[in-house]
Amino acid sequence: MTHRGAALTMRGNRMTITLFIPCFVDAFYPRAGISMVQILERLGHKIVCPKALVCCGQPAFNSGYWEEARPVALKTLETLRNAEAVVVGSGSCGAMVKKFYPELFSGTRHAELARQVAARTWEFSDFLVNKLGVTDLDARFPAKVTFHDGCHGLRELNLKQPPRALLAEVRDLELIEMGEAETCCGFGGTFAAKFPMISAAMGETKCASALETGAAYLVSNDMSCLMHLQGLLSRQGAKIKILHLAEVLAQQ
Amino acid sequence: MTEREKILGRIREALKVKAPQPLTPDEAAELPQPPAAGARRWLPPVGDQFRDWVELFSRNAADLKAEFHLVSSSDEMREELVRLRDAEGWKRGACHSGLLPDAICPALGMPMFKTDKFYDIHALEGCDVGITECDALIAQTGTVMLTSRSAGGRALSILPPHHVVLARRDQLVPDLPSAFELLKMEYKDNFPSMISFITGPSRTGDIERILVLGAHGPRKLTVLCV
Amino acid sequence: MTSRARKFLKDARRVTADLRHRQIIHAALHNYEAARDRRKAAFADWLTARQAAAATKWEAINYLDENLTAFADKLAARGAKVHWASTDRQARDIILQIIQDKAARCIVKSKAMTAEEIHLNEALERAGLEVVESDLGEFIVQLRREAPYHIVFPSMHLTRGEIKDLFQSKLGSAPSDNPEELTMVARRVLREKFINAEIGITGANFAIAETGMISITENEGNARLTAALPRTLITLLGIEKILPRLEDLALFLPMLATAGAGQPMSGYNTLYGGPRQPDESDGPVEFHVVLLDNQRTRLLADTEQRDALHCIRCGACLNVCPIFRHVGGHTYGTTYSGPIGSVITPSLRGLQDWKHLSSASSLCGACTEACPVKIDLHHHLLHNRRNAIAKRLSYLEQFAYDVFTAIVNHPVLWSLGKKAGRLLQPLHRSIQGGPLDPLRSWTRTRDLPPLAKPSFREWWRKRK
Repeated sequence: MTHRGAALTMRGNRMTITLFIPCFVDAFYPRAGISMVQILERLGHKIVCPKALVCCGQPAFNSGYWEEARPVALKTLETLRNAEAVVVGSGSCGAMVKKFYPELFSGTRHAELARQVAARTWEFSDFLVNKLGVTDLDARFPAKVTFHDGCHGLRELNLKQPPRALLAEVRDLELIEMGEAETCCGFGGTFAAKFPMISAAMGETKCASALETGAAYLVSNDMSCLMHLQGLLSRQGAKIKILHLAEVLAQQ
Repeated sequence: MTEREKILGRIREALKVKAPQPLTPDEAAELPQPPAAGARRWLPPVGDQFRDWVELFSRNAADLKAEFHLVSSSDEMREELVRLRDAEGWKRGACHSGLLPDAICPALGMPMFKTDKFYDIHALEGCDVGITECDALIAQTGTVMLTSRSAGGRALSILPPHHVVLARRDQLVPDLPSAFELLKMEYKDNFPSMISFITGPSRTGDIERILVLGAHGPRKLTVLCV
Repeated sequence: MTSRARKFLKDARRVTADLRHRQIIHAALHNYEAARDRRKAAFADWLTARQAAAATKWEAINYLDENLTAFADKLAARGAKVHWASTDRQARDIILQIIQDKAARCIVKSKAMTAEEIHLNEALERAGLEVVESDLGEFIVQLRREAPYHIVFPSMHLTRGEIKDLFQSKLGSAPSDNPEELTMVARRVLREKFINAEIGITGANFAIAETGMISITENEGNARLTAALPRTLITLLGIEKILPRLEDLALFLPMLATAGAGQPMSGYNTLYGGPRQPDESDGPVEFHVVLLDNQRTRLLADTEQRDALHCIRCGACLNVCPIFRHVGGHTYGTTYSGPIGSVITPSLRGLQDWKHLSSASSLCGACTEACPVKIDLHHHLLHNRRNAIAKRLSYLEQFAYDVFTAIVNHPVLWSLGKKAGRLLQPLHRSIQGGPLDPLRSWTRTRDLPPLAKPSFREWWRKRK
């Protein structure tokens, strides 16, 4: 059995994991990334964070500027060319690499590279549960939490179960599902800036649903959603706090 | 060039390239050809015994606020109809010629307006009940399938405020696919001009989603099955 | 920005702030979701049914010429007159001509989104004709002189109180705000129209190629009456409504009811294959079917988005769309709203004029998940965005992305950017949300998080 501070029993071989921490996590919420590093190292793996890995290129891509998205995406692809396993710290960026890079580069000479990198890429919770086969991280977090399913993770990557399987193993944690768990929070990338009134209204509906649960923490595997929701919650003066899934799983 | 030729021309031009298939090869392999032929397997289950179907039709009818009575003889059917006449206060009724209406409707003891030949719509509008036969009762959905040929035209089953269906046990089919099979067998390629699948009385939820019966069609639907 | 896009933003601003509207729509759609989930669960295998429906529609559309020809020829063989309209104007002219040939004045109509699309009612009224909508929801919005709010639930945005006031002022009759009593008022008014109208006009949900029949789905029975009583019946439908075989309906009718309304089956599903036949005692003496193209062939030619023509107009995508819920059906400013409307309207009415509908989405994918025929709706919104840029990009936006690319592709610039941001952030707080704030579109309604010190990359580098 494991005990505090010791490495968790490792399943399988030690891997070199290329950790892709999205641009906004780097700038605003580094603790989410730090937690991911802690968890993966506790599991006995080696982590690399290449300097060149900054952004997946989704902002331009989602706005239809595919020509402008390609240089950013290509830089990322090249950086990941020889990665053994790529773990992306966000559902939306994970979907970008795994689902949309093949489409963005289809018909170009990078098509094969895009397909190969996509095959070696996982979102963080997906990686733990489906690649490593781990759900118990010896974590403890005595609090009521509710979980927000980021849309890209949920619908592009089918990530409904992995976060819940992980949260189920966290000692003393109580998960209360909100009615609108699967409803879009309204961030949507550039949508939040182009249609701010719709974005805010969607966020308000989401916040209301989260607050209804009485949870102390709003947790998600997508920090961009949480950034948007936190912006609304703090403007409302609401008491619920946001946390990335990894931050919860890193607690001991 | 006619408009038809122009439109078909544009269509053929567009279809020179086929669109990608919506399914992966594995998914496509799972489906029969044509795909909808497998509908029976995927629709809500119906059981495989006659009594399952009776039970299912009955339950569905109740959910739909339609009445369903399984009777064991023509006499019982007549009694049921008379009971309804008294409970509802019918003064005038309409029906068409057919084995069951001819046998059962006289029990009402009132002149029945017939819609077999060209008729005056105002006379039909004055009737309290329209009594028709049908082609099938579909257990899966609690549906009555009838046509302009089996049910005395188009209006008889929709205009009067109460629609009564006189059906036979052998008309009870388990599911929607069977109903379509029956349709083809019965009419071959000489279909009536109207085929209707009636599932419950007329209803609407357009005002605050509150269910109201009898929006335009019949407020009451009664199925008597012998 | 086009004036339409500006109007969209203006209306969106107003409706998203209307908390009463938000509450009404949320209540309506919440019930729908619960009912829909129950009905889907009742299927032995909803997922495979959905695959089969998608495959069937693929066949219908990718063999549209054969299917449409079979449909039209079989209908004509049984005495119906089939008309072909390339444009909305042609369709209006055909219908007007039929009506004027009969010297008719009074028309009763059942629900037809294609009729909305071609603005038929306005044209008929301009020609001095009386046209009455018989579907209760359509009847209500017709009295209000507004467009239907939703393709399946036209009056879902109204309360009983508002409907009572409407009936009182327009019909002089409203006993109470009780939904049943109000419905009976409409029933009485429409009864007289059904019986006396010389012309009936309907839409159609499906067109069966194999047997030459149209199929109409409804709950009220108003379409049944419209197709039974008037002497002349006109049915208007889009060319994409085709299904190959009669038995396909065994799958499509319950799926339409399930996805669209959370019901096992709609109240009346009726097939019409011709006018009154020689051995029949009633029904229209003349049956005209008007087939409408109106840019559907343009969508057909786009192989990437051709599957948008698979749409069975169930409304499921509208029901699950969080944008629809918050801006409401009227904000879209066009016949087809919600995700399907945002996908097809640029093709049907012009990409540059309507691309803002495809932009007004967070691409959450709930629509694609809900679609019973598996149309790739949210990806098509993305494709519309890409196509719009390819034809006409915004230099300002392109420049912004070029700057962003330069920064993220050069880690040194990224690092400097964060440092500069951290220095400027305290200053920014003083203008936050105000007119001078360049980040106003975010900060007007939301707080910005502080830039972290150290950032993740700085922490990682120090660690080594």
